[in-house]
Formats: sequence, structure tokens, C-alpha cells
Amino acid sequence: MAVRISNIPYSVGTQVLHLPKFTRMPLLEVRHLKKYYATQKAVDDISFSIEPGTIFGLLGPNGAGKTTLLRMVTGIFFPDEGEIIFDGKKFQPADDAVKIGYMPEERGLYKKMKIGEQAMYLAQLKGLSRRDAYKKIKTWFNKFEMQTWWNKKIEDLSKGMGQKLQFVITVLHEPKLIILDEPFSGLDPVNSNLIKEEIFKLKQSGCSIIFSTHRMDQAEEMCDKIILVNKGQKILDGTVDDVKQRFKENLFHIGLDALPPVLMSNAFDITATENNHGLIVKIKEGYGTNDVLQHFIQQQASVKEFHEILPSLNNIFIKLVEGTSVTRQFQTVV
Amino acid sequence: MNKIWLIIKREYLTRVKNRTFILSTFLTPLFFAALIGIIVFITIKNTDKEKVAIIDTSGVFKKETDSVKSIQLILNPVPVADTVNYEKNGYSAILYAPHTGINSTNKWRLYSKKSFAVTAVASIEEKIRKGLENNMLMERYSVNTSNIDSVRDASRRIELEEKRIGAGAHSQDGNSLVAYGVGYGAGFLIYITLFIYGAMVMRGVMEEKTNRIAEVIISSVKPFELMMGKIIGIGAVGLTQFLMWIILITAFSTIITAFIPHDLLMQVNEANKSIPGGQMNMQGNEAMIGLIRATSTLSSVNWWLVTGCFLFYFLFGYLFYAALFAAVGSSVNEDPQDAQSLMFPITMPIILAIVIMINAITHPDSALATWSSIIPFFSPIVMMARIPFGVPGTVPYWQLGLSMVLLVAGFLITTWISAKIYRTGILLYGKKATWKEMWKWAFRNS
Repeated sequence: MAVRISNIPYSVGTQVLHLPKFTRMPLLEVRHLKKYYATQKAVDDISFSIEPGTIFGLLGPNGAGKTTLLRMVTGIFFPDEGEIIFDGKKFQPADDAVKIGYMPEERGLYKKMKIGEQAMYLAQLKGLSRRDAYKKIKTWFNKFEMQTWWNKKIEDLSKGMGQKLQFVITVLHEPKLIILDEPFSGLDPVNSNLIKEEIFKLKQSGCSIIFSTHRMDQAEEMCDKIILVNKGQKILDGTVDDVKQRFKENLFHIGLDALPPVLMSNAFDITATENNHGLIVKIKEGYGTNDVLQHFIQQQASVKEFHEILPSLNNIFIKLVEGTSVTRQFQTVV
Repeated sequence: MNKIWLIIKREYLTRVKNRTFILSTFLTPLFFAALIGIIVFITIKNTDKEKVAIIDTSGVFKKETDSVKSIQLILNPVPVADTVNYEKNGYSAILYAPHTGINSTNKWRLYSKKSFAVTAVASIEEKIRKGLENNMLMERYSVNTSNIDSVRDASRRIELEEKRIGAGAHSQDGNSLVAYGVGYGAGFLIYITLFIYGAMVMRGVMEEKTNRIAEVIISSVKPFELMMGKIIGIGAVGLTQFLMWIILITAFSTIITAFIPHDLLMQVNEANKSIPGGQMNMQGNEAMIGLIRATSTLSSVNWWLVTGCFLFYFLFGYLFYAALFAAVGSSVNEDPQDAQSLMFPITMPIILAIVIMINAITHPDSALATWSSIIPFFSPIVMMARIPFGVPGTVPYWQLGLSMVLLVAGFLITTWISAKIYRTGILLYGKKATWKEMWKWAFRNS
């Protein structure tokens, strides 16, 4: 198999380029959605909206209610309260199912069925005609170098190959909304990049993607907007950049030739020192970056580097979720 | 509708294309055909022209008895035959009258190196009986031979046909032995198929759950469509198998019957006539005689009615239970032990039904048989056992009608309940559900 090393042009620094165009009507709008089980509030008054051509991160610890939320959005569950507006109209699961591609976290395929037949079957269930399904499967199989798989069975495939197939099946019918629950689990870095690339292509073609994960590094890298849920409630939402700004702790990294004699200042506290060349400082209330720089300049220290340290999503996640009991009893749907 | 059709098609095709299905569909009738063929072959072999020498020195027989085509009886042949040389003289057996030659008992004794067919033995016995009768009539009562024949002809024409007066306007032949056999067979077949195809549905649902494909599919179709598609698809597999069996068995048996010589059929008929009820001393051959009798009286069963009812009770009995099996399949995980314990409440009524059926077959009119053939949990098995006894003789039309209506209604109810359990169960991973939980899934308001 030829290995394609993708040159991913997306990174934290370029997030701003992908900010959603808010002028567009949202593809999906969820208003005050509730789903209560006898012993717990699985989803408790959650609202959000997703614009076309954006990647929306649904983050939260295990048992936060992500799966329940996604099942309502895919029409598998009916919400107890609240409404879902899809593509400008009230969500009709029977009609809108063909416009959604859902890759659940618990996913799999028939073990004994040939891969080609299986893909044909699932594509037709999504409303494609036999001929269309065949054409599209061929295209995707070519793209992912899976042409030889047609007559193989799932049992003959590795886990990673299975995930690739699962992704193809999810996006095959060209849905407007693609929901991916932990899409990279079980994939090696090469195949991860391959799928990542395809996700970005789908986004550029105007698809909305809900990306559910608890891998914060991936969410940070890929998402335009995120929502963090815990215990069924929304505890945070916004663009990745927004969120980071909101949770910044006024930490700055300062790179120096050598540490100056006097480190203490009214303007900041030192939280860490790196050898003799660097400092991490926390600016105190009422002071600005210039106050910090001034302190060093006055001491004739040559500042080589000075930049703000924004918290990673991972840190924000841990900070918000920590302390609350992360693992709820799973499956107490009685 | 289009989606449920796709599901049915997949469920049907993956199973019908399966090697086990193809083998069992073609081999089962072939096996039965081979069995029948072997029996016929043995019978044909045994009914070569038999020539039997009768040693009757004391003169029980006064005149040569008449011989049928297949068995030739020679009274006191010359030269005298005995147990040593009878074969050399062209006899296949030698028959000693009581107290003659080596036979000191008061029974007739037949010496032969091979075993005679039941029909041949019955025919010889008939000859002896007739000979004795003739002698008695001629000697003691001085009846003319031709008069004896006309008396016998008159008596032979009497055939007792058992008629039952039922609730309906028609009366029905009550050949209870045949009805017993057919009823037992049909009831048992339904019992087995409920288990086979019910378990197939359950395994199918478990497969979808453990393979984690359920949620992938359920995002495109409703859980109810997925469940019904599976149930209908597998039901169609069952019907296909039955129809194939009916066609193949009919075809094979036609071919086999074509190969049975006409002569043999005549002989079977004759043997059948010559069995006069209880006076016979057949030494354990009663079952065989019964079988011969049954073959000639099988036509007394209304096959169209039995086949029609069988297909109905198979189909709706299957649908009634399949939904319940699907609900169980959706509530368990990988562990087959869990499935066993949850299956128990479903298999219980099926097993109870077969117990009732065994009782009902001997007392098709009893209250137990009547009521359990109306209650949907048991009706597919018990009613099938009663139907061959006669509609409307044993089973009045209202009972059959009520039973069918209740079964269809029962199917709708079990499907409705199961669909609710299925909808929740299919998406749950982790421990198996308890009955209490399943009850809540089925009856909570949502």
C-alpha cells in the first residue's frame, strides 16, 4: 500500500481562518433539549447550533450524555422536551435520516457478509439507488485503496481497515450532517491522517460535522466550535479560540539570554523557571504585558521571546470536569 | 416500505444462500425418499413368486386352495417335500398343518429360509382360514362350494365406515389412527419449527447487537422496521424450506410410486382387506399391518385443509413467538448463558403445548384440548393435532375461527410489546437486562 503522508495545513495557529460564517443559516439547531431517564438526567436543557461547513466538537467525559444527545439528533431517541430544527424545518427522522451520516461509537458490521454487498446494503438503506450506490462505493474504494476488498469479509480485515470502511459507509450517501463519534479510535497515524484529510475536504464542500470525542488534542486541532457537556448539562461553548481566551490565566512565557538578578516584581508572580533562559510568569490583576517587559528591560535583560500561554482544551476540560464525579453508572436506563 | 423490503431481502438471501440451508432443504426429502425406496425395494424383493408346499396328511384341506398370483400353494405335493429338500423341489417355504410331520403342535408352522413379507404371511393365513371354513361348511353342514363363495362375497362387501355426527351439517370420516399420526406429526413439526426459527431470529438479533451494527442501521431505519424485516425474512426462509420439502417429497413419492409394480399394490390392498380386526395372531406385526392400513386410508384425511391450516399455524405461531425471541435477543449480550435464562419464559409455553398436544391427540374433544387449542400460546401446536380428526366434526368452525383470530391478535400484541423492548435493548451494551427492566421498557409511557 502506498503511503501518503498528508501535509495538514491546519494547526492551532490557523484556527482563525476557519471561523464559521455566522451569516449563514444553521444546518442544525437544537433548542432546550431534554431527555430524562428514571434515575438520571441524561440530557438536561442543551442548546446549540451548527452552521454549514463547520466542524463542531462535542466534548465531555464518559457518561456525560453525549451519546444520548447524538441519538436524539439522529432520530434514534425522541427528546422528552425541546426541539430540533434541521435544514430550516422541524426535524423529521424518517425523512431527514438520509441527510445524516452517523458513525456511532459502538460500531461494527456484519462479520459474515461480503464487504461490497454490505456497503451496497447500507447505502441503499440510506436511500441510494443500486446504481448510485455502486458508483459511489467504487469511487470511495478507489480513493482509500480498498478496491480489492469487495469480496472479502469483515473477519478478514484488521480493526483499522474496518474503521476506514465504516467511515466510507458513513459519508457515502453525501449527507449534509456527518456525526462522528470517536472516529479515530483504533486507527494508526497514517490512516488517521487520511481520514482527517477527508473530514476537512467534506467540511470545505459545505458539510457540517459533529465530532464527538474525549481526545482534546484532536478537538483542538480540528474543531471550529466546541461544546462541553458534563452530567447532561452544557457547561461551556464557543469557538476554540474564544474558549481559550476565556480560560486564560494571564500566563506568559519569557525567553531570555540569562536570568536577570532581580526576578521579583509587583507586576507578576513567577510560576516556573526553565534552566537559566526562560520564565513563566503570571501577570497580576491591574498590570499589563508592558509592565512585565519594562521590568526586564530595566534590568538590561535581553528578551528573546515573549508570548502568552493559552490553556489547552485538555487543561480547561480537566479544570471544569474535575471534582465532579466523572464516571456515572453506565446504562442505568430503567 | 422500501427499506423494510431491503432488510427482508438481506435476511432472506444471506440465509437461503447458506450452504447448510441448501443441504438440509434437499437432503431431508431425499433421505425420506431413500427410506421409502428401501422399504419398497425390500417388499418387492420379498414378493417374488412364492411357491409354498402344504403338508396336510390329516386332511384339514379337502381341496386345493385357490392361489393368488404371488403366492402359489401346493397341497400335499408329489413327490413329498420336507424341510430338507423343499428348496430343491422349487418351493420357497413349506407349511405343516397341525399334528403332521415334524409339527406336533396345534399351530400351523411355516418353515422357510427367508423371512416372508407381512403381506405374504397375512395372505397365507387368510388361505388357511378360508380352507378351514370351507371344509367345515362342506363337511358338517353340506353346503355347496358355490354357495359358500356367494356367502363370502356378500360378507366381504361389508365395510364398516365410522361416521361421526358433529356440530356441523356434515359428518366426517373418523379414521382415528390416521388422524392420530397426522395430528401428531403436524403438531410436532410446528413445535420444532417454532424452536428452530425462533432461535434463528434471536441469534440474528444478538448478532446485530454484538457486532455493534444495530446502531449504524437504526440511524437509517426504525428499530421496528429492522425487527420486522428480520422476522419476516426468516419466516420466508421457513416457508421456502417447507414448500421445497412439499414439492420435493411429492415429486419423489410420485417417482417411487411409479416404480412400484401394480401387482404389489394389489397385494397390499388384498392383505389390507384380509385383516379382520382383532382375531388375528400377528405376533408383533400389528404395527406393520397398521401402517399398511394407514397407507390405504390416508386419503380419508382432508389434505388441503390440513396443509392450509398447517401453513397458517406455522406462519402465525412463528410470528407470535418470533417477536418474543427478538425481544430476548435484544436484551442479552455475548453470553449465550444469559440468553438461555431469559429464553426460559418463552420456551415454557411451547414445551407445555407439546405436553398438552400429546394428551389432546388421544382425547381431541376434551376441555383441555379444546381450550388450549384456542389460547394463542398453545394453539399452533394443539390445534394442529386436533384438525386431522375432522373439521367440523371434532373441531367446530367457531373454535377454528376463534383460535385463528386470537392467534393473529396475539401476534399483534407480542409484536407491539417486543418492539418496545427491542427498541431499548438493542442499543444497550453491558449487562443483560432483567425481566423487571424489560417489563418497564415494554410498558412505560413514551
